[in-house]
Amino acid sequence: MSGHSTYEPKTGFERWLDTRLPIIRFANDTIVTFPTPKNLNYWWTFGGVLAMMLGVQIVTGIILAMHYVPHVDYAFNSVERIMRDVNYGWLIRYTHANGASMFFLAVYIHMFRNLYYGSYKAPREVLWILGCVIYLLMVMTGFFGYVLPWGQMSFHGAVVITNLLGAFPVVGNAITTWLWGGFAVDDPTLNRFFSLHYLLPFVIAGVVGLHIWALHVPGNNNPTGVNVKSETDTVPFHPYYTVKDGFAMSLFLIMYAVFVFYMPNVLGDAINYVPANPLQTPQHIVPEWYLLPFYAILRALPNKLMGVLAMFGAIATLFVLPWLDTSKVRSMRYRPTARLYYFIFIFACLVLGLCGAHAPDDMVIPRVSGLQLLDSNINSYTWLSRIGALYYFAYFWVITPLLGLTETPLPVPESISSPVLSHPASAPAGATASPEKRG
Amino acid sequence: MLRKGFAVAALGLAVLAGSLAGQASAATTNAEPKELAWSFDGPFGKFDKAQLQRGYKVYREVCSACHSMNLMYFRNLGQKGGPFYDPKYPNPNDNPVVKSLAHDIQVKDIDTDTGDPISRPAMPADKFPAPFPNEYAARASNGGSLPPDLSVMAKAREGGPNYIYSLLSGFKTPPAGLTMPAGKYYNPYYPGDLTGNWSGPADKVPEGGSIGMPPPLTDGKVTFDDGSPNKIADEARDVAAFLTWASEPKMEERKSFGFGAMIYLLIFSGLLYASYRKIWKNVAH
Repeated sequence: MSGHSTYEPKTGFERWLDTRLPIIRFANDTIVTFPTPKNLNYWWTFGGVLAMMLGVQIVTGIILAMHYVPHVDYAFNSVERIMRDVNYGWLIRYTHANGASMFFLAVYIHMFRNLYYGSYKAPREVLWILGCVIYLLMVMTGFFGYVLPWGQMSFHGAVVITNLLGAFPVVGNAITTWLWGGFAVDDPTLNRFFSLHYLLPFVIAGVVGLHIWALHVPGNNNPTGVNVKSETDTVPFHPYYTVKDGFAMSLFLIMYAVFVFYMPNVLGDAINYVPANPLQTPQHIVPEWYLLPFYAILRALPNKLMGVLAMFGAIATLFVLPWLDTSKVRSMRYRPTARLYYFIFIFACLVLGLCGAHAPDDMVIPRVSGLQLLDSNINSYTWLSRIGALYYFAYFWVITPLLGLTETPLPVPESISSPVLSHPASAPAGATASPEKRG
Repeated sequence: MLRKGFAVAALGLAVLAGSLAGQASAATTNAEPKELAWSFDGPFGKFDKAQLQRGYKVYREVCSACHSMNLMYFRNLGQKGGPFYDPKYPNPNDNPVVKSLAHDIQVKDIDTDTGDPISRPAMPADKFPAPFPNEYAARASNGGSLPPDLSVMAKAREGGPNYIYSLLSGFKTPPAGLTMPAGKYYNPYYPGDLTGNWSGPADKVPEGGSIGMPPPLTDGKVTFDDGSPNKIADEARDVAAFLTWASEPKMEERKSFGFGAMIYLLIFSGLLYASYRKIWKNVAH
């Protein structure tokens, strides 16, 4: 899609098709000859991992939908029936359930990689925004999917999350009633969540198509953050990155398989194996691990509406990030100060996840009775999540804009090839003779 | 770079796992379940068939008086990996042991000639019958408490078999200062908040809760066909193993399939790595 096509139809049929629907040319330009920076590290592999995970989730999901019954009386038992009586049903269901976690793990690594190397900056803003859209769709799909087994956490999680929309003044209650299809989370809710859970992955697949299209116009960013200058900076996607990504994806699959085969329930909550009971609310309602940081931001604020706005704001902030960053340098390799704040940001996200998993009033440091500050104890997860949330927003709205104006970045290399070749450790033995003639 | 990257990823996961494991609450307490060594632990663990058979007997003679197992069929007992699996009968419905175990139990049915409700001996294709016709009957017979269904119990409680074992063998006489309401029993492993029942010092509230189930097991309550010891701890351990199998009847299949998948993926990764090294040999990167 970028540059001109080098595809030459070889057979009569290919020539015939090429003048009518140049689909082979398209595939060839996209995944075979596509010029890719030669210095991409393994953090760049998660795009491929994500595409693979979307495929895995869609395939296993279609099979699960053949056996699943979206009805409050049968949903729980139908999921267990899949695990017990459907041939390899346990494999399909555990692959799907753990697949959601793997999907989110990969998307978070993909996003953090993006932040580190400044991949969202011009000319890749649209690429980044499409990625944010995909992430938002993933969150919705993951949430709908978690409701389907109709266990205790499914049901009460659905109650808590849908009730958030009721926080909006005037229209709030009307929205929740409309969303529920009634006056409580019940059979109509389960049915529409199933329908949406089946629909959204295909919407995601569509946006992924746009995402890849938007990637192929400017091409990949790379760890140095400098633009590709000449052909010596790139290698064709195939076989160089098909094999490198293939290797990394295979390692990812090994980790995934460890969860599926040896600890399939460790990422879930035991209480979700108790059938949903609207009359018995679990003591702690927690979302899946991948939504915990946002749950912590939601609960950090004393007012429900403010909490909801903060939670949505945390995701909305990502959409405007390309215009918040004032730095001319893309990669944090050459921004030591920004790098420091970046690692604090990762830490803050993990702390927020920790806060989301705990009850707000739990003590952070056990057996230390801290001071009461405003509405909560200073040694409570409420205050820890406030500090985390403050840093989350400050990182994007204060630190990122200011740093770009004030910091002194390290010298940035002229081109992709120059730092590579000047670094003796990274040049393989056979490459020193005449590197310019190879690759 | 690769190693560093995965180390960071692993660290992140560890932090997340720690945060999940760290979930606790201010009010509810319970003693940590005892950690037992189970035959089905670890990536190569298998169920001990004799133990599952003993566990089924405990369930049948003790637990099933109050607890349903609505997801279980008699045929499950004779399926591959089940307590009474016999390779001679790949179809568990033909297994004579399963047939006779089912036959011992009466199930409700409808007489197809008259339409009248009848009772008949169960067949392997029948579900385990529930002890009570509905929730109200179950509560009425159990002092207001509802005995939970045990089909997926080992997956539905933190600690799984360790929790079940500890709970069943862990009933204690309430310490001085702890008053149990009528029909409630003190168990340190049962999550609860005993502050309201405690008259001792406020910082020494006993761990655990009050459970509606009276201590179900006694020494020698169930006589095992294989002559195995039948103290409370033995009965509790065997029934916990049985309930774990009932919760995850495909665990053995899962682990053995996983072993093959791991070998495949490791070889596949090795081949891909070798190809990667070969293809990239002459590219500085």
